[in-house]
Order: sequence, then C-alpha cells, then structure tokens
Amino acid sequence: MPDNPSARQLTYAEALREAQAVAMERDSSVYIMGLGVPDPKGIFGSTLGLQAQFGADRVMDMPLAENAMTGVAIGSALTGLRPIITHQRVDFAILALEQIINQAAKWHYMFNGRYKVPMVMRMIIGRGWGQGPQHSQSLQALFAHISGLKVIMPATPYDAKGMLIAAIEDDNPVVVLEHRWLYHIRDAVPEGYYTIPLGTARLVRQDKNAAVTIAATSYMVLESIAAARLLEQQGIKTEIIDLRTLRPLDETTILASVRRTGRLIVADTGGARFGISAEVISLVAERALANLKSPPRRVASPDYPTPSSPALADGYYPRGPHIAAAALEMLGRPIDPHMFDPPTDRRLDQPDNTFSGPF
Amino acid sequence: MDMTVTKDALRLRLYRSMMRIRLLEEEIVRRYPEQKMRCPVHLSIGQEGVSAGVCEALAPDDQVFSGHRSHGHYIAKGGDLGAMMAEIYGKADGCAGGRGGSMHLLDVDAGFLGAVPIVGSTLPIAAGAALTNLMNKKNVVTAVFFGDGTVEAGVFHETVNFAALKKLPLLLVCENNLYSVYSPMAVRQPQGRSIAGLARAHGILSLEGDGNDVEAVYRLAQQALAHARGGHGPAFLEFSTYRWREHCGPNYDNDIGYRTSAEYEEWRTLCPIERLHANLLADGHRADELAALKAELQQDVEDAFAFAEASPFPNAGTASDHVYA
Repeated sequence: MPDNPSARQLTYAEALREAQAVAMERDSSVYIMGLGVPDPKGIFGSTLGLQAQFGADRVMDMPLAENAMTGVAIGSALTGLRPIITHQRVDFAILALEQIINQAAKWHYMFNGRYKVPMVMRMIIGRGWGQGPQHSQSLQALFAHISGLKVIMPATPYDAKGMLIAAIEDDNPVVVLEHRWLYHIRDAVPEGYYTIPLGTARLVRQDKNAAVTIAATSYMVLESIAAARLLEQQGIKTEIIDLRTLRPLDETTILASVRRTGRLIVADTGGARFGISAEVISLVAERALANLKSPPRRVASPDYPTPSSPALADGYYPRGPHIAAAALEMLGRPIDPHMFDPPTDRRLDQPDNTFSGPF
Repeated sequence: MDMTVTKDALRLRLYRSMMRIRLLEEEIVRRYPEQKMRCPVHLSIGQEGVSAGVCEALAPDDQVFSGHRSHGHYIAKGGDLGAMMAEIYGKADGCAGGRGGSMHLLDVDAGFLGAVPIVGSTLPIAAGAALTNLMNKKNVVTAVFFGDGTVEAGVFHETVNFAALKKLPLLLVCENNLYSVYSPMAVRQPQGRSIAGLARAHGILSLEGDGNDVEAVYRLAQQALAHARGGHGPAFLEFSTYRWREHCGPNYDNDIGYRTSAEYEEWRTLCPIERLHANLLADGHRADELAALKAELQQDVEDAFAFAEASPFPNAGTASDHVYA
C-alpha cells in the first residue's frame, strides 16, 4: 500500500467502481449485473456511472431472482463472457447457493477441466443502524468451505481495486465480500491498471520484537490496528496480518508470523464457531504448535444472530479493545476495565458520526 | 434444414437416431448386472422420440443442456458413444474423465454442453449460454431438456421470466413422463392446469404435442426454433411421453405399487420407434433393410462398450486435479 500522502485518495466504493471500469475497458467480455446496479444509488456508489460509460447491455439491472441469475452468469462464463454479479447483501446471495455450490464451484472439476467459470460474485456485509438478523451476516466461512470457489475480503481501497481486477481476470468463480463499513474509508489508490494476486495475505505491521500475531479479516483489520495502538501504549508490539484472501489461504505468511511471535489472535467479522478463526488456528495447531507460547484466541462474532436494536447489537461486535484484551490475557498483563468504554465521538451502531442510516 | 431433406430421408434419420438410443440403453440394461458400471443410470427407453425429434431439428452449431436423464439427448445431439460409455464405466477416456459418471455427460464439439442431475439447474445455465449468443450476435439457439417436475421449481420461473425479458434464443423442452421418481402428477401439480400453460403465462410461445410421435416432435421443434432464431424470444415445448423402466437403474418397477402394469402396457403400445417403423414399411421400406440398419447401429454400440472396457481407469493421483483453472 503506497504511503505517499500527496497521492490520489479514493474511497473503498470509488476504488471498486474504478476497478470495474478498468477491467471493462480492457476486456469487452466483462459485464455486470445485479439488482440496483444502474440505479441512482449505484450499489453504495460502487457502480455509479458505469452504465452511462459502458451501455445497458454490459451494465444491467436484473430480476429479483438471485439463483437463476447466478446460473445465467455461470452459463455466460462457460461460453466466453466474464460476468460480475452483485448482491447488496450477502444475505440475498444465499438464495443462489445451489448455483454457487453445485454449479459454479464444480463445472471445471466435474467436466475434467473442459470448462472454466470466470465469474465474480460481489456480496456486501451489512452492519449497524439496526440491520438485524438478515441484513448483516458475515458468511465467509460458508463460502470458504467450498473447494472450487475463491473467497476474498479486501480491507482497504487499494486492495479493493487491485484484488477486484485480479478477481475479474481470474478463471475461477470468486466471491468478493465487501464490508459496508469499509465503503467510506479513504486511501491512496493509483490510477489505471494494477492487480494484487489472490492468495496473498498482507503484513500490515511487522516488528521483530512483536509479542503477538493478530490475523484479521475485512473490517476487523481496522479494529486490529486500533488494538495494536492500545497495546503499544503498554509497550507491547504486534504483528497484524490482513488475511484478505481466505481461499486459497496464504498459510506461509500466517505460519511465519506465528513462528516469530509465538502467539496468535484471529479477529474475524464472522462467527467464531466453525469459522475462519477456527480454520486459521487449526492450521497453526497442526503446523506450528511447538512455536505457541500460549493458547491461541478467537475474537469473532458470538453464537447468535445479529439483533437489530442498538441495545442488543452494541455487545455483538467485538472491537479493538476486545482484541487488545485477548493479547493482554495471553501475556498475563492486567486489563483496565475502562478500556471497553464506548467511543465518545460516535454511537456503536455507526462506523463514524457521518453515517446516519438508513442502510 | 427442412428444405433439403425429403420426408423419406428425414424419417430414416429419425429412425436411426431413436434406434441408436434404444440399442445403447438396452445394452446398458444387459450389462448393468456385471457391476462394472458403478454409477446410477437414468434410462430414457420409451422417451426416444423427444430426443430424436428435437435434436434433428437443431442446427449442428445449436447447443443442448440436459438433466439427470440425459443419455437420449446426448446421443441424439451427436455425442460420442465411446466417450459416454467410458464415462459410465468410470474410465479415463470418459467424456468427463471419470469425474462425472452417467449424470454428467458432455460433448462440447457436438454441441452437447453438459448435463447435471440437480433438477432445473441447467435451465439458467442454458439461458446464460443463450445470453452469450445474443450478446455476440451468433445465430445459435440453446436448447435445454428437463422433466415435468422442473416446472415446480422456482428456478424454472426465474429462468423463463429472464429469458422472456431479454428475448433470449432459448428452447425449453419439457418431457412430461407423469412421474417425478415415484411421485405422480396428482400429488405435485393442481389437476387441470397444463404445464405448457404455465410457460404461456410467462408470455412466451408455448406448444405441446405427442412426444411419442417423433415426426410431430420434429415439426413442433422446427416451429419453436424458427421463433427463437427469429429474435422473438424463447419458446417452450411440452411433450407427453413415458419412461418404461425404473426411475434409476435397468429394471422394470411396475410391480412396486406407484404405477400400474396396465398403464405401462398402454404406453408400451405407443412406442415411438415401432410407430415410425410402421410408417417406414408403409412407405415401401423392407423389413430386412431396416433390420440391417439396426444391426449396423448395434455394431456401433458394441464398439462403444469395447472402447469403454479397454480404456484404462484414471490415475488415482489425478483426483485432486482441476479444482481450480
């Protein structure tokens, strides 16, 4: 990620939009469909203006039929096109699980390599402002369980652009999980074409004196950075890994960091049980158990659906202090209970005070 | 196509097509007890008229998708018999290299683009192929075969809605054989509502006919294809027909209680091959001439089985290949 402060800044949504524009300009077989793609809101800004630029044949709205439209995308991908199908919530995409799991993930394998299925499925993870049980699920573990799919969760605008272009160019079905609370984040994003290879994690922080590795997904990367700042105040150094691709998982980067630090926390936006955090910890238990100085920890969602009311939902989402507390426990250090006090500049159901709903 | 084919030549082609399916599947029936074909088989014996009639009306470049009972469609579209049998035997030379079995046939060169056994799943995939053809302005129609149960699935309605919306060059072919496994129409769909009518309600051309009259199938398919090829959008065909043998496997199952022998015997008299055989005799063809044709096709079948038997099994070390492209 470039650190030049004078470089051009884009939001995550603008970076996604630019990735699609760049890919469509380079390859006429790329097309986009999704409910609301050309509407005035343009998928929270991530498809705004694309229909005007590329025409209604290549940037299309679609019927409310997620399963069949995923099949249409697959059929077009088998025969030479490169579809991008977009879902405003992950929760809507699971109507298409039959086509995603039985078909998209299988046609290359079950027909002995005769077919490729180059398609991208964009899905947005909702959060906050009362999104509730069916508008805020973080189901990366469900998709990552399926061989034949690739699953990515870019956490920065720079990665969002480079990884989405790589996903569009990939010859496999790629699930792109975009956290709604990342959409307004700004970052330096180069103009034009560049890609970030799928399957590579990003070492956000490296320190030879680090006492703990925090491996994080998506929005939890930001919470991990907040945790690292809290820990630094107490003289504790951390390494942070942005997993960013879950399948295929960058095992090398995870194992190398844990071998350096001897401690592992996995911070995931999804549920802890049977989740990404369980998979990462299993990997370390199988391959680097002797390097662990203390039991690894999961900081992830609790084992119940997301409630809507802020009174119930505020406690649902772990934050930076929860990650920091896990590290302090591992190190046998005291925990200041005020560490968990809510922030004073925003309510917990907003990513920042500029976000005022409704979705 | 029709203009260049005389009625007699057409009848002979349809006869060959149906007989090739019948003979190959009867050979599966004979050899299945050897337990060398170690995968489920869904035989289309009795339903050959729909496969032959529709595929004869298709152009060579037209595309076909199918479901779990796909042997007839694969063979009628010109799929390679040896590669099909090698697939069912689980051999390396199988059309899917032994990864798919009987329910996952394909022969892309012949325009048979694939079959899967999840009911209805190839409908939107066929629509996607048709979308590619529409976007690339190719004069190709994509046909998809399925059974009467498929119209009960949401994906059927989702697909027809989108195909109608975009006027896709798509041919939807429903083989109504009255049963979904062992469940009769009466427990699945309201009495008196026609399947073709369901498609018509989506605003597309929808025709119905006798699936055991192969020449009628051919004519209706031609009409539907002219519509789809002319940019008027998808067409739907419903054909009544009947599967003679059990839902899955080589045997008869009229004795297990879900249908009657009398019903089977009645459909047995409507055999699409025997009906065309009678017409060919009436046209002046001799019985020994038709028997010679049958013997020639039987030799093709024997060759396909010999090819499958001779083909090696795939190397177990390749089982994890092709997960990712």
